[in-house]
Amino acid sequence: MEYMSKSIEELHELLKNGEVTSEELIKESLDKAHKNQDECNSFVTIMDDAKGTKVTDELLSGIPYGIKDNYSTKGILSTGSSNTLKDYVPFFTATAISNLESKGAVGVTKCAMDEFGMGGTGTTCHTGTVLNPWDKTRMTAGSSAGSAASVAAGVYPYATGSDTGDSIRKPAAYCGIVGYKPTYGMISRYGLFPFASSLDHCGCLTRSVKDAAIVVDGMKGIDKNDMTSWDSSNINLYKSITGEVKGKKLCYIKELCDINEYPNANDELKKHLSNFMDVLEKCKSIGIEVEEVSVDKKLLDALASVYVVISCAEATSNMSNLTGFIFGPRGEGKNYIEMMKDHRTKGFSPLIKRRFVIGSYVLQAQNKDRYFHNAQRVRRLLVDRWKELFKDYDAVILPVGSGPAKRLDGSKDILDENTKALEEHLQIGNFGGFPSITIPDGFINDLPVGLNITGNCYDDVNVLNIAHAIESTMPYKGQIAKEACHE
Amino acid sequence: MSKYKALIGLEMHCEISETNTKVFSSAENSYKDIPNSNIRPVDMAFPGTLPIVNKEAVKMALKASMILNCKQPEYMYFERKNYYYPDLPKGYQITQETKPAPVGIYGKLEYECKGEKKIAVINNLHLEEDAASTDHYSSYSTIDYNRAGVPLLELVTEPCFHSADEAVSFLETMRSIYQYAGISEADSRKGQIRCDVNVSIMDDSLDESDMNNWGTKIEIKNVNSFGGVRDAINYEIDRQTELKENGEYDKMEQQTRRWDEDSLSTIYMRSKVDAIDYKYFVEPNIPKYKISKEWLEQIRKDIPELASERKAKYIQKYGLSDYDATIIVKEKNVSDYYEEVIKLGGNPKKASNWLTSVILGHLNKYDIGINEIYLTPKMLFDIMNMVETGKISSKQSKDVLYKCLSDCKEPQVIVDELGLKQVGDEDTIRPLVIEILDAHLDLIEEYRKGRNVFDFFVGQVMKATRGQANPSLTAKIIKEEIDKR
Repeated sequence: MEYMSKSIEELHELLKNGEVTSEELIKESLDKAHKNQDECNSFVTIMDDAKGTKVTDELLSGIPYGIKDNYSTKGILSTGSSNTLKDYVPFFTATAISNLESKGAVGVTKCAMDEFGMGGTGTTCHTGTVLNPWDKTRMTAGSSAGSAASVAAGVYPYATGSDTGDSIRKPAAYCGIVGYKPTYGMISRYGLFPFASSLDHCGCLTRSVKDAAIVVDGMKGIDKNDMTSWDSSNINLYKSITGEVKGKKLCYIKELCDINEYPNANDELKKHLSNFMDVLEKCKSIGIEVEEVSVDKKLLDALASVYVVISCAEATSNMSNLTGFIFGPRGEGKNYIEMMKDHRTKGFSPLIKRRFVIGSYVLQAQNKDRYFHNAQRVRRLLVDRWKELFKDYDAVILPVGSGPAKRLDGSKDILDENTKALEEHLQIGNFGGFPSITIPDGFINDLPVGLNITGNCYDDVNVLNIAHAIESTMPYKGQIAKEACHE
Repeated sequence: MSKYKALIGLEMHCEISETNTKVFSSAENSYKDIPNSNIRPVDMAFPGTLPIVNKEAVKMALKASMILNCKQPEYMYFERKNYYYPDLPKGYQITQETKPAPVGIYGKLEYECKGEKKIAVINNLHLEEDAASTDHYSSYSTIDYNRAGVPLLELVTEPCFHSADEAVSFLETMRSIYQYAGISEADSRKGQIRCDVNVSIMDDSLDESDMNNWGTKIEIKNVNSFGGVRDAINYEIDRQTELKENGEYDKMEQQTRRWDEDSLSTIYMRSKVDAIDYKYFVEPNIPKYKISKEWLEQIRKDIPELASERKAKYIQKYGLSDYDATIIVKEKNVSDYYEEVIKLGGNPKKASNWLTSVILGHLNKYDIGINEIYLTPKMLFDIMNMVETGKISSKQSKDVLYKCLSDCKEPQVIVDELGLKQVGDEDTIRPLVIEILDAHLDLIEEYRKGRNVFDFFVGQVMKATRGQANPSLTAKIIKEEIDKR
């Protein structure tokens, strides 16, 4: 009997009824983790000494899960998939992880990721590229690459992720699973290695909307160590999922979804968008109203630049603590400047260095207004436009990316100008701190694709409820990756 | 200097020492001898740690802002100042800039310099965190993170001072304000006060309200005592004057220098062109928050009596001289001590005499603070009281006080140990007086003729009692006995 492909609700029932023990679940999960490591290279650490826990009324008790390696875990190597922290063993645990622990959840892996979350490919981990379990020649997207690959492969029902631009929601789509980041501040960021603090969100990757609700219920809560966290003790996401969506209103954006916007559309994009339109019909069939809206193309075209400017600027500053003096491997040199330069030169991948240069450039006194302040202004305009949409609609529904996972050989984080806004629109969820969830909505050439639902701040329940209802109209809930058959 | 006048501006950093914890960390805010014993993960910038604003520190900063007559902001923001230095674990300092507004902007403060009232113009006051402290040795350096994250107030003035005296008087006023308002001990010996000074000179005949007439601004970094500020300013005025005289002034570029305490000179550090770009941006981990009117009102109400107010009280109500009042209010601890003695019932003038003539001398001699001596306000009051009630003579009281300071024993214990007591009963003194008068009948005649020999008799009684006779009682008895004859 295999258990790790089941949902959290199912596992909890089995544990409660004594049909399986926590120990047995941990063992199966660890076995699968090793197998997945061989196939997909998902992990920085597999915790072979993980122990089962007491099964309580908490849904997460006794059940194994994966932890993205940018969560600080006491006594367990936490690298952020960077050579600058390749030997770093923290002495404190991130609040989100200790919240899960307190409910009896058992961490069994530390998942590989794009270095410090700064990448969308899963190819910049210091332990090597993470492969997509549906097709090993394709990327998982990132940065929560190992988390997505392992949940999709059925190593456990869920893993934590973090999301600064789309780092949970894009790999979820490429791996055919659910990725959810709640409203900014619902989950404490204390102990999460920062990338861009004003955009960073904690969240999770699961195989169903309900599981995502259960996991975030377990992670969330106000935290005295994070001033941006807020009290959500009156919210129980899992119990709030009723499936009742009659009269809910969704909108999609013409400039992103209309195939006529893409004169050079390839086959994958065509299929992806037409599949999305089919799903919208399904939404209507269960009583959800769906309308097309228009957003200024100029604004949409600016969003990727806004993201680059703000995220790189904050990242440059956030990662200035990585000097190799207090933690991380000590650099060599005659004085502290040389030692620090050596540590950072050897430690960071070229992609990150490029982003530091950009971040530094846009913050320089002579450039700051033109780049950094303008980016903040446009961020405000985008958020205001979305807030306007939320006055009329419960949420915005959009396809994720321009198709299924990209090939590892061809593309390296390079964007096609035509589909740039389509690839990057999830970042608006980070600009506004909006609750945002990706669910699988079909297949193109045996590879999964996804759609995203984003609602207004603090409207997580509504977003999850709608996502759950739409998920129920399709056969992808709980799916485990199967190697795609190619021609 | 007559041909030129100097324009001097100050940046005064003062640690807030009176909060329980650091400004963005839950580590204790107190000086610790053991290095790196007062730290939380955030003070060493471990990955994933976040700053939490200490409301108490904000409150104290706002209080200082009000005292300086600055404008308080509607919203509280913090900024990151990005630069790499080993004493700065995060690679940035959380501080405030002038836009958005810091805890205080555009204020002014009246201060006194050599008895003359002057106005200091404040550009801004901001709240920030201190860096770690470093010690450099020949082949290695050590870093102590105890100081990292200690709340720091940085006060920036306009170039509104014209002499070292003015600048130092202002700094002394500020130190007193920080002490009186319960914000900081403001002790430069503990490194709690550090200053940057900027100096330029211009032709005395030109109008200083026109910025175009100003000279080239020279910034002097890291001056860590008021004496240093005075010396650095005077040195720099002389240096710049000499350049003017030699016609080299116009070649001098805007620059940063540092004050070197060994050579007592300023040394070139870097030119303005090489100034560091700190790449400020708003700290995203601290949400901006509104400062309520009610809170500001409450803070304003809590501003205690400051030195200037106490001084006025001492002069008007207690009848002290301007000189004595100035001395007593100079250090808050001394003034608190004084007020405590008065609260216990001590005579204000006598208490002032004790402080200014005896106790402060003792403090100066040993270079210690008033809270470090054994003698408490209650003990001083007890000694004053013993004199008042005639238990000991005023001459004896000084011996008791010094012994109390040196032996660390209660006044009563010392009185007992020394066997000191004032002979205060008539039955002991009267026979002595009669005996002495009998022996000097000729002097009584002289006395009656108007010669002043009264003090001689008192002296003789004192001699006979080894100083223990109550002088006023003795005088009374002598008068009675002479009148009887």
